[in-house]
Formats: sequence, structure tokens, C-alpha cells
Amino acid sequence: MVRDITLGQYYPGKSAVHRLDSRTKIIGALAYIVELFVVNNFWGFLIAAAALFAVIAVSKVPLKFIFKGLTAVFLIIAFTFIINVFLVDGRVLWHWWIFTITYEGLQRAFFMAVRLVLLIIGSSMLTLTTKPIELTDGLEKLLKPFSKIGVPSHEIALMMTIALRFIPTLMEETDKIIKAQEARGTDFESGNLIQRAKSLIPILIPLFISSFRIAQELALAMEARCYHGGEGRTRMNEIHFHRGDAWAGVLMVLFLAVIIASRYLGALF
Amino acid sequence: MSIEVKNLRYVYNQGMPGETVALDDVSFGICDGQICGVIGHTGSGKSTLLQHLNGLLKPMDGEVWVDGQCITDGSIRLVEVRRKVGLVFQYPEYQLFEETVAKDVAFGPKNLGIEGDELDETVRKAIELVGLDYEKVKDASPFELSGGMKRRAAIAGVIAMKPSVLILDEPTAGLDPKSHREILAMIRRIHEELGCIIIFVSHNMGDIASMCDKVLVINKGKLALEGTPHEVYSQEEKLEAMGLDVPPVREIVDRLNEEINLGSDALTVEDAAEDIKTWLETSH
Repeated sequence: MVRDITLGQYYPGKSAVHRLDSRTKIIGALAYIVELFVVNNFWGFLIAAAALFAVIAVSKVPLKFIFKGLTAVFLIIAFTFIINVFLVDGRVLWHWWIFTITYEGLQRAFFMAVRLVLLIIGSSMLTLTTKPIELTDGLEKLLKPFSKIGVPSHEIALMMTIALRFIPTLMEETDKIIKAQEARGTDFESGNLIQRAKSLIPILIPLFISSFRIAQELALAMEARCYHGGEGRTRMNEIHFHRGDAWAGVLMVLFLAVIIASRYLGALF
Repeated sequence: MSIEVKNLRYVYNQGMPGETVALDDVSFGICDGQICGVIGHTGSGKSTLLQHLNGLLKPMDGEVWVDGQCITDGSIRLVEVRRKVGLVFQYPEYQLFEETVAKDVAFGPKNLGIEGDELDETVRKAIELVGLDYEKVKDASPFELSGGMKRRAAIAGVIAMKPSVLILDEPTAGLDPKSHREILAMIRRIHEELGCIIIFVSHNMGDIASMCDKVLVINKGKLALEGTPHEVYSQEEKLEAMGLDVPPVREIVDRLNEEINLGSDALTVEDAAEDIKTWLETSH
């Protein structure tokens, strides 16, 4: 069950996407997320989706793997969809009791759902093709200029590494605890909502305790290896921009231009 | 009560990167009242095997029969299987969650629908059976106990469900010698009182030799050796090739067999002492 969540996982590979500098990919992913909010019509989403699938195709990460990660956030998407369908005013298509479906509501809900799906897939492509270490190295380098105005770039990067690093660990821990409580006869699948929520307590409490324990052990292990913050710290593998990154940059600018153009495309049809 | 495992097969991450065959065509049987030891080095598939025995994992191939009932064909209620087969995971103390030890131990039996005086009685018996003082610990927070006591409290939580088969995955891992001895004594006591089948995983060959009627050796997902401790530990070379060992006592006895022609096949301290005594009496 929890094993199926692929969010934040790394999918080992040697594709062109994998080889890109992590800074390029971070900027690309961020730009993509922002651009998704620039898009305001069907054509824009079509282009954005096509671009994303092109990246997926190049990265050679199996689609099955990506969609499996999406099932975990399906509930959130469904929830936003329903909220949007019923709560947006406009031309009424259907009305019953307190429920009203409007044309604008349907459109907004559909766009929001597509946007969320693309957003999640887009950002998971970043983590799927970038090793956590590279990811944080890139992030730290990107944030470095801001450290002059007091942004703790190293600490932020470290916190992110640790958070990413511990996703699979905590998943495993959760899996273990669920199994242990199942072995003691807990039934997660039946009962009403309150009973089901209650059956989570025997999982959440041990999980909290485990995370505190893991955090403490990690802090000790880091101190034992003389960790003293980012000051004067060197790296075994320095990251460098290559020619591929330049091409990726060109494509990113092109994509931005197309996305902005797509806003006006809708008016043409 | 018996356990029958037939041609069990399980693959992790099937069709994904990192696909691993955890169990491959594993078959064996355990008879009523036996204590069965499972050895094999880390990642050999032991834990996967244990989880099949109470239905936490579904085999991709093969069957598991408990007490004449097939638990893998989907016709039986899993809660029923879990009542029959108690499984204590590695580091079970990490599953404790209630405010008091008594409440935590009561969690399992409560899930089975036991209530009132019967519940209190069940909890008291389970806590006493694992060697804890009921009056002292029942109102204590499980997180205040020492490591060894926490573990016993967690084991009590499984015993309270009165299983006919008790499975323990490395029950002595990471404990000090005193707690280690106490856990072994506890397993013997549970076996005597409940008369259940006990299956336990251990890396301590001495413990396996002194406790078990039957030993299973798992290697790379396959059942490599099966038999009494004497049968298994007489195949020293095979064990060594799998990265396993014979009990330390056996090593000493082997040396004595070579040096002074002791002629013993003892696996436990008691047997070795007996054989050496006999040798001293007859030869000198």
C-alpha cells in the first residue's frame, strides 16, 4: 500500500534528462510549475502536457511508474475537482436542491485537475531523474547568492536532503508498523469513517516516536562525524553545466514563449 | 495443529527495477508442539517467509496450510488466521502506542472482541507469562520501561491473542546478555504453558541448537537445509558456504574430537559437559 507512493523517489538511469545539471532541472521544474499557472486555455494545457511527455519519453522513466505515484494524490485532485464544480458561479447547466453545476465551474474544475496532475508529474520528474545529493547540491548553489541577505542556503539544502532521504525510510517504517498492528488484529479496511480514523492511532503514535528516534540518531551520527554547518565545506563531486544544459535552457525559453503565446491562441479559435 | 507450506514463491517489485525473488519454491512442514528455528543470513528471505504464515503477504505461487486450513486461497477470514498465528516482528517495542502497558497488551484481544473480566484476565496472564510483574507495569507507560522489558511487553501484546502458533523474528536482537537469557526463558515458558508451535528466527546458533526440535536454513530465497539441529549442524561445510556457522560448543567439541578423540556430537553446553565427563571416566 504505502510502498506504491513514488513521490520523491529516484529512478536510476543514464538518459539525457538524468545527465543534466541539477540546477537546470530545478529551474526547469520551477519554471514549468509557474508556467502552468500562466496557461489559461485548452491549447496551453495540450502544449504543456506534450512538453512534459516529451521529457518523460527522453528520460525513459516508465509511465507506469509515474502514474503509480499519482494514485497517492488522487484524493486531493478529486476533492479540488468537486469543490470547483459546485462552487463556481456562472451559466447554470444543471440544478438540484443546493447543488448547482455551471459551465464555468466545470471548466475551472477540469483545468484545475489537469494543472494539478501536470504539476505533480512535472515536479516528480525532477526527483525521479535527479539523485537527492545532486538535487540539494544544485539547490544550495542556486541559493548561494541569497546567503548575503541572510538566507541560510546550506541549512535549507540540508533540510531538504534529509527530508527527501527519509521519505523511503519512513515509508518502510510505516509499512512495518502497519503490518505489526495488522498482526495484532487491527482492521483498516472495514468500519465507518470514525472507526477507520481511530484505527490510524496505533500507526501514527509509533511512527511519531520512530521519527523522533531516527532524527536523534541522525543528529548524533552527524555530530560524531564533526558536522559543523556549511562554512568551508568542500564537495567530492562538484557539479558543472555542460552543453546539454545550454540546449535545455534554449528549449525552456522556447517553451515559455509558446506558453505565453498560447494565452492568445484561445482567442483565435 | 500443524503448519504445511507448499511451493511458496514471492517476488518483490515484480516488473519494476529492483525486482527480487524473495522466496523460491519453499516447502516444509512443522508438527504440533515443535519449536522450529529459522536461520539464514540477512536478506535470505526469512522475514518474507514468516509474513506468509499469517497472511500478511500473499504468495505469488504455492499454499500455506495452518491447522488443516488453507490460508492462501482467500476463503478464510484473515482476522481468524491472525488470531491463530501470532507474529512478533523484529524490534516489536516500536509498535507500542498506548498510555499504559495493560492497555497496549489489551489492544490485540480487544480487536478479537474479548471484553470485560475476560479481557483483564487475558492481559494479566499474558504479562505474567512474559515475566513482567503485572501489578508494577500495568499502569506504567510502555515508553518508561527498559529495552528488554519493552520488548517483553510488546510480545505480551501478541501472546494475549492466545495464538496456536507463535512466530518471533529475531526476538533477541540488540539485547544485553541478561535480557537475552530472559527472552529465551520466556520462550520456553510460553511453549510449556500454551503448548503452541513456536517458530523463531535467530542468528545465534547456540540458541537454535539448545531450543529447537527442528531447524530450517534459508539461503537466497530457497530452503537449503531442513532437519533436527543435529542433522543440520553436521553439514558444517554447507553452512559455511552460506555464510552461517555451527554453534561455538560444536567447534570446541570438534577440536576435542580431533585432539583427544572425544567422539562427541554435542551442540549444547550441557551435552558437551556430559560427553566430556563420560570420556574422563572411561579413559582415565
